[in-house]
Amino acid sequence: MTEAILKHRVGLLDAVPRGEGRVFEVAGQRLAVFRTHGDQVFATQEHCPHLGGPLADGLIDRGTVICPLHDRTYDLRSGAGVNTECQVRTYPASVGADGAIVVEVGQD
Amino acid sequence: MDGMTFGSTVRKLVVIGNGMAGARAVEEVLARGGAEQFSITMFGDEPYGNYNRILLSNILSGQQDHSEIYINPLDWYKENSIRLHSGARVTHIDRAARVVTADNGVQEEYDILLIATGSRAFIPPMEGVWAEGGRLRPGIFAFRGIDDCNAIVAEAARSKRAAVIGGGLLGLEAARGLLNHGCEVHVIHLGQHLMDMQLDTAGGAMLRRAMEGMGVQVHLGKMTTTVLLEGEKVAGLRFKDGTELACDMVVVSAGIRPNAEIGSRAGLTVERAIVVDNTMRSPDDPHIYAVGECVQHRGKVYGLVAPLWDQAKVFADQVTGANTGAEYLGSKLATKLKVMGVELASMGITEPASDADEVIQFSEPKRGTYKKLIVRDGRLVGGILMGDISKAAYLMQAFDRDSRLPDERLELLFDLGAPPQKVTLDEMPVDAQVCNCNGVSKGAIGACVADGARSGSAVMKATRAGMGCGSCKGLVNELVEWFCGGEAEEDPSIHYYVPAIPLAKPELVAKIREQGLRSVSAVFAALAPQGEDAASKPPLASLLATIWAGEYEDERDARFINDRVHANIQKDGTFSVVPEMAGGVCTPAELMRIAQVAVKYQVPLVKLTGGQRIDLVGIAKADLPGVWQDLDMPAGTAWGKSYRTCKSCIGTEFCRFGLGDSMGLATRIERRFRGIDSPAKMKLATAGCPRNCSEAMVKDVGLVAIGDDKWEIYVGGAAGAHIRKGDLLCVVEGEDAAMQISGRFMQYYREHAKWKERTYSFVPRIGLERIRAIVVDDADGTAEALDQAMLASVEAAYDPWKEAVKPRTANQFADVVQAEMVGGGDD
Repeated sequence: MTEAILKHRVGLLDAVPRGEGRVFEVAGQRLAVFRTHGDQVFATQEHCPHLGGPLADGLIDRGTVICPLHDRTYDLRSGAGVNTECQVRTYPASVGADGAIVVEVGQD
Repeated sequence: MDGMTFGSTVRKLVVIGNGMAGARAVEEVLARGGAEQFSITMFGDEPYGNYNRILLSNILSGQQDHSEIYINPLDWYKENSIRLHSGARVTHIDRAARVVTADNGVQEEYDILLIATGSRAFIPPMEGVWAEGGRLRPGIFAFRGIDDCNAIVAEAARSKRAAVIGGGLLGLEAARGLLNHGCEVHVIHLGQHLMDMQLDTAGGAMLRRAMEGMGVQVHLGKMTTTVLLEGEKVAGLRFKDGTELACDMVVVSAGIRPNAEIGSRAGLTVERAIVVDNTMRSPDDPHIYAVGECVQHRGKVYGLVAPLWDQAKVFADQVTGANTGAEYLGSKLATKLKVMGVELASMGITEPASDADEVIQFSEPKRGTYKKLIVRDGRLVGGILMGDISKAAYLMQAFDRDSRLPDERLELLFDLGAPPQKVTLDEMPVDAQVCNCNGVSKGAIGACVADGARSGSAVMKATRAGMGCGSCKGLVNELVEWFCGGEAEEDPSIHYYVPAIPLAKPELVAKIREQGLRSVSAVFAALAPQGEDAASKPPLASLLATIWAGEYEDERDARFINDRVHANIQKDGTFSVVPEMAGGVCTPAELMRIAQVAVKYQVPLVKLTGGQRIDLVGIAKADLPGVWQDLDMPAGTAWGKSYRTCKSCIGTEFCRFGLGDSMGLATRIERRFRGIDSPAKMKLATAGCPRNCSEAMVKDVGLVAIGDDKWEIYVGGAAGAHIRKGDLLCVVEGEDAAMQISGRFMQYYREHAKWKERTYSFVPRIGLERIRAIVVDDADGTAEALDQAMLASVEAAYDPWKEAVKPRTANQFADVVQAEMVGGGDD
């Protein structure tokens, strides 16, 4: 069985301030959605795999997010750990023409 | 064809075991260009990358975190094109077909098979130890892997009294770990003294005293026969002599057994472990090798890590053809370790074998120092050093190389007119092991320097020397210095204020002023070569607030979460709320409002802080605005790198010893400096007399009344992780002067301290004399400017809890954003 990828419009771009993250509920699961100063958007799993820190509360730049609890840092595109063995799940995210954030979430 | 076609055909290397042995062997193969010769596949039955088992005890004691003990991250497998089957246990080797099969059905063909299955914990026969299905009963643990550690830590939190069976090295490490979790700990040992593999009776007795001094109870000569149960729960142990010990958890650390069954099933010669020859190959099959704790070589089975380094090298030399003459000739065991803070080195035998063996001994039980050497024919055959192991490096080398000892035996135990260190580094042989945890030699460090590494940190990163227990870091740095011929470089970035901008703080401040940069974004755009950097944001935001006061553009994304929502984040993502309580005083009405808030929001914990305030802990982000509104008190600024609070005693108000109004002064200080950003937190206190009840002498700034309206001002004190008595900066007359000088000192600190540099580091770094010259005597003529700058910050400060009714950013306090949709729904 192939995995179905569904695109979800999770909210308006302006719901997330530049350089910050917010938690959204998408298809029954919570994701951390980030917006950079360049208005790019990224989506990752909600919690840090290390000890469950809220990633949406982390500091970000144009490519990484730092978990606020213990500074575990992840690449926003790939989810790979920068200073840790842990890695996070990422979801393709983009901004639609109408200003909505679109996140692709797979469904089994 | 075999042996003639290296490089022209790719052979299949399959490794059973992904522990330290398997991984090290593969590293050695790769180091000999093995990636071109082999396609490599590894099987590991633990679902992790490979990790440093030596450091498990640090996980148990909470000193290190899981992620810190991995030797090779998963990327390493990818980068080296190694296929890893983790969580798969190889159950069958078909030697005729040269195929291995794992319990999950995976099959792999091999040309070369390496068995590195290591060993497992030995569980001595005891009644009641096993539950159904061949598992240890709940409450009983082996101490061998990451999963064991996790289970022990979880159980220890529930346990009152733990018993450790086995008083060897690992058992004592386990005892140390348990002690850190607050259990009463008992060590049960079969032998007549602790660590009987490494120590003699006298050494063991001394170690026992040291352990008991730390709170571990030691029971010697006890053989456990039965685990006593109350229902299904562990209730205690019964020993062969009929005595019993009550306990509610048991950790078994009674030695290890090689995982050699896979060898027996494949028809290889297995005695105590899988037998190998000097090339690490099985005598029964030219395609099968074995290394590590599952191996028996010349009748010996090793349970330490050091022999593995040599075995892995010989294996790699052999299979890659790099040196087909390479042979492993056995290891002489010498270890240097720290057991519960007691430093210990041990090598060779612990007791003389005959009257001809010469014993040199020194014992000073009061200081826990014990030294014993056994010399045969002028050469060292055994040694124990405890307490003082300064001669360990020299003696271990003499032991390992079997070199002739000096006739003056006293020199063996003590440094007599200590020879200079340089001589030792020069004399140290190239293959001498520097880092025992990661098996890095002096030669390897030299090679790394020759490849261009010029700093200790660069060498440690490249070779992993010093990244285990860390005890060799000093030696690694010295060797790097030595190899560089005194031209070792300091990493220049340690002087930068933030990692993203190559400037020290004074230069950075000058540029920011010169170019009028008023936001963190503007600073990145103008000064950061690589642009925005997440970790650099909070230090820049703090610096800009200091420089520009009210004219700083506060971009909230540059702030740590605490400063975005004005509360202190907790481990579960909730927050703590501390309202201001100047002077540690609140009105009955305020106290009632705090109680009402605690009830209304079901606050899980109401706690008095060390700063004489009330902390409401465990509040959801979304509840913060409501909590603040209902409290109707100003923010206590208990979350940031800023002025925090000012403790005080009762002072003259009621105290019969009071010499000054410490409560009044503390209140004035709090009202003036609340919310002022700084490089690290600033904790203050006032004391009404030198009895110092409010601990003002160990604060960043402490003011102590000495009578006649005079106040002593102490700076640079600390009583946290670091303890330092503050330095007496000056004595001033009157509260106004006390406020002014304190403020001027804090401003000077704000402008000149490094990010996260507390005053206890800052004051000694700058020097008290220099600080006094600037802050008290105005030697530089800057006092007026410092006072003005502090005043500007004071005037710019505001109560951030007012954002309860006027949030600064979209969804500032939302735990989850409720999606507001325009147009259609999901595509």
